[in-house]
Amino acid sequence: MKIKFLELKNISKSFGKVSALKRVNFYIKGEPEIVGLIGDNGAGKSTLIKIISGIHAPDCGEIYIKGKRMKNWSVVKSRAYGVETVYQDRALAMQQTIARNIFMGRELTSIFGFVKSKLQFSEADRLMRTIGFTSKVFASDSAVVNLSGGERQGVAIARAFYFKANLMILDEPTTALSLTEAQKIFTFVRQAKKGGTSCIFITHNIYHAYDVSDRCVVLDRGKIIMETDREHTNAEQLVKDMQKIAQSDGKVKEDINNGRS
Amino acid sequence: MADLEKKQNNPDFNQEFRRSRRGIINFLNNNRRALSALIVFIIMMLIFIIVNPKIFLNREIYEAIFRSLPIRIVLVLPLVFVVVSKEIDLSFVSNMTFSLWIFAATAKAGWNPFLCMLLAILAGAFIGLINGMLVVRIGLQSMMATIGMKFLLVGLVAGGSNIIPIPLTFLANTPFYNIFVGKIGNFSVQMIWAVIALVIAMLLFNYHKFGSHVSCVGDNLESSREMGINVATTKTLAFVYVGIACGFAGVLSGLTYLTFYPKLGSPDELMLAVLASVFIGGTPTKGGVGTIFGAFIGACTIKFIETGIIQVGLTGFWTQFFEGLIILLALTSHKFHKSN
Amino acid sequence: MVEHRIHIVISMSRYIEKNRRALSALLFFSITMIIFLIINPQVFLNPLMYKAIFKTLPMFIILASAMTFVIVSGEIDLSFGSVVGLAGWILVLTLKSGLSPYLGVLFALIAGAFVGFINGVIVTRLGLSSLVSTIGMSFLIRGLIYIGTKGIGTPLVYLVDTPFYNAFIGSIWGIPVNMFWALGFVVLSLLLFNHHIFGAQISCVGDNLESSREMGINVTVIKTLAFVYVGIASAIVAVQFTLTNQIFYPGSGNGLLLIVLAAVFIGGTPGWGGIGTIMGSVIGTCIIGVINSGIIAAGISYLFKEFFYGLIIILALIGHKLNKKRY
Repeated sequence: MKIKFLELKNISKSFGKVSALKRVNFYIKGEPEIVGLIGDNGAGKSTLIKIISGIHAPDCGEIYIKGKRMKNWSVVKSRAYGVETVYQDRALAMQQTIARNIFMGRELTSIFGFVKSKLQFSEADRLMRTIGFTSKVFASDSAVVNLSGGERQGVAIARAFYFKANLMILDEPTTALSLTEAQKIFTFVRQAKKGGTSCIFITHNIYHAYDVSDRCVVLDRGKIIMETDREHTNAEQLVKDMQKIAQSDGKVKEDINNGRS
Repeated sequence: MADLEKKQNNPDFNQEFRRSRRGIINFLNNNRRALSALIVFIIMMLIFIIVNPKIFLNREIYEAIFRSLPIRIVLVLPLVFVVVSKEIDLSFVSNMTFSLWIFAATAKAGWNPFLCMLLAILAGAFIGLINGMLVVRIGLQSMMATIGMKFLLVGLVAGGSNIIPIPLTFLANTPFYNIFVGKIGNFSVQMIWAVIALVIAMLLFNYHKFGSHVSCVGDNLESSREMGINVATTKTLAFVYVGIACGFAGVLSGLTYLTFYPKLGSPDELMLAVLASVFIGGTPTKGGVGTIFGAFIGACTIKFIETGIIQVGLTGFWTQFFEGLIILLALTSHKFHKSN
Repeated sequence: MVEHRIHIVISMSRYIEKNRRALSALLFFSITMIIFLIINPQVFLNPLMYKAIFKTLPMFIILASAMTFVIVSGEIDLSFGSVVGLAGWILVLTLKSGLSPYLGVLFALIAGAFVGFINGVIVTRLGLSSLVSTIGMSFLIRGLIYIGTKGIGTPLVYLVDTPFYNAFIGSIWGIPVNMFWALGFVVLSLLLFNHHIFGAQISCVGDNLESSREMGINVTVIKTLAFVYVGIASAIVAVQFTLTNQIFYPGSGNGLLLIVLAAVFIGGTPGWGGIGTIMGSVIGTCIIGVINSGIIAAGISYLFKEFFYGLIIILALIGHKLNKKRY
């Protein structure tokens, strides 16, 4: 399957005088993959993500889904094509049950609008297990507020996964999480990939990115300056290259891509 | 470092900096809310004048206003502090009645009226302290806790006084009376006390640590705590401040009407009207920001509606209607003014 | 065998956890009843006392149940007292013009729903704070009633013993019909809150507005519907009240405000939205009702009535607070 799921060609975006993205080419493969999107603050990660989910329209460039050119890309359209963004904590109602959170806005109802609670609970249970959620204490009728940070993210991920998201965008999911919690996120994401959902994993923690991603894309000042994967690098090298970028004026790109220096 | 130099040499940056110093614009910006409230007030007055040009030349109207307005002003000002700290107090009217009861009972028993007033203020402050403890120490939600306190006080006063009014006519024209509600020529002294209360409140809110703490706490509780602000003390003090004002307002009320008159189950209209004054004045419900002067204007607005309606020729039945209308209009204008 | 017992314990603790607030309210109710029973066992065995309670309790039950929805959605409605007045006024106006009383009830319901709709629009579209805008609405409507009636009430004697009257007033098996209406309303509210998408979405909206919006819940519609529900409840109460007292007076509905709110809060629904319990609100209402009679039974002057309301409110709040980490 060589057709890419998502392809951004020559995307540029400015906000007033500030140029956020400059002629970026980005893609997500047809087979499920996990892509780490790395970059410092101000590199353009947020903007790229918002363009993918349809919040911002690019100034120029094209968006393709499964090879088809998308005109007037919007949030509604992105959802319809299975692109879901998962924000840390913001997408969950703390006092509600896991099941209710998963089915928020998309409740399973029977006639006259009555909710099929039992079905929602069992579906949610099944879902959380598939994702790799292993808790002996909490079930899908527990309130989200009782869960740890990583587990809460898990609920949000499970939601995206259940609704057959083709692409899940996680915005800084492991920031402010402990090591063990971060590991849980990695498990969830890998399981989601097994289930057919790709993931863009935004972070500025290079080790995390390397750990979970199949492929890393590095943004700096609006441009993609490096694309690499596990075959071609390891975590330490990645860190060294990133440091070089941070200290340079962006001219390092070719050096890095041409050979290890 | 280099960045900072770059900024200072950047002509655009200097423009911005200079612009923000222009006095009048700065003043207007900072006091947007109070000015909004003032505009609403002025428009309302203009409407009254158009309908009945002689309305504000009538002496009676001022006598009526200046008798009861000061009490409302004294009550409304500390409420701003409570609202800005992101709490609310629904017990203040019954606190006022409670304090008045203490004052009337002790005054009737022959104690020195100044002492009685002190006791009333202490009683009010004590209730405020309890409110503060309930909200801060025990952690109850202020709306619920103060509703409970309101009922408690109403029942306490009704049961304790057996709903027998206590006339205070013996205080009329005593020096004590003249200090607080006497007349200078035709001018009621209460208004001076109200203005003093206003000045104190404005100083406290805008220039004193207390005011800035209240604003910080209402804006971001966690950050305030982290920055070393004693959140518990700040919130409790706000409630105590309301209590003190209730004590003073209670005594003023007793002197103005020369009676303590307990009602079986007080109607909520006064409480709602005074509370509304805070919001008409431009203080939003979300906490963190507020305006004392705006609340003052709000209280005046409501009072002027009540008096103006009758002077304009409508029956008293129209009063509530226009109060409600003003509340909604003022709120809407604040809302759209803000999204500037 | 042991496993079976463990299973039961787990199920029970699950049930308690889920219904914690309502069960706490039930506990407070029981304690209150027991205290009064100890003081004077006779009164509570007297059927007349129940008759008196059953006459006024239904109205508070209906209002408190509806109010729970609004509070869970993260808002508040302080205008329902005046809506009760408005609906009552519309009812008598219809009757005075000689139209069918059923039509009168319909118009009253429409009036209540309409005011609820306006409240909803003000809060969701204009974005004004519900606390203050419903205060304003309350004044506005009450003012309208006073202006329209010129302060004069309307007696309604001629309806006694018609089938209409008996449907709304009168008794079945010695229990006032009002109680059955209240029961029905509670059942409806329970279904809507716990098993219907309306309740599910109200909870989400009150819990996290932004998330609900992002997940596609129509926040505007949901919040407005909650206000409409309170409006309709107010209208039902107005019909009951006007028919029971056989008179409409312009001040009707005054004085209900804080008691209804107190009942909801005593019942365990917190003020910050997202969670709530209909049963709790009903129990809260009952607690207040019991206090009323209990005080008289205990020989305490009725003047102290509100003192005990306040005491119970604060004690119940503290009880709920101790009960759970976050209250």
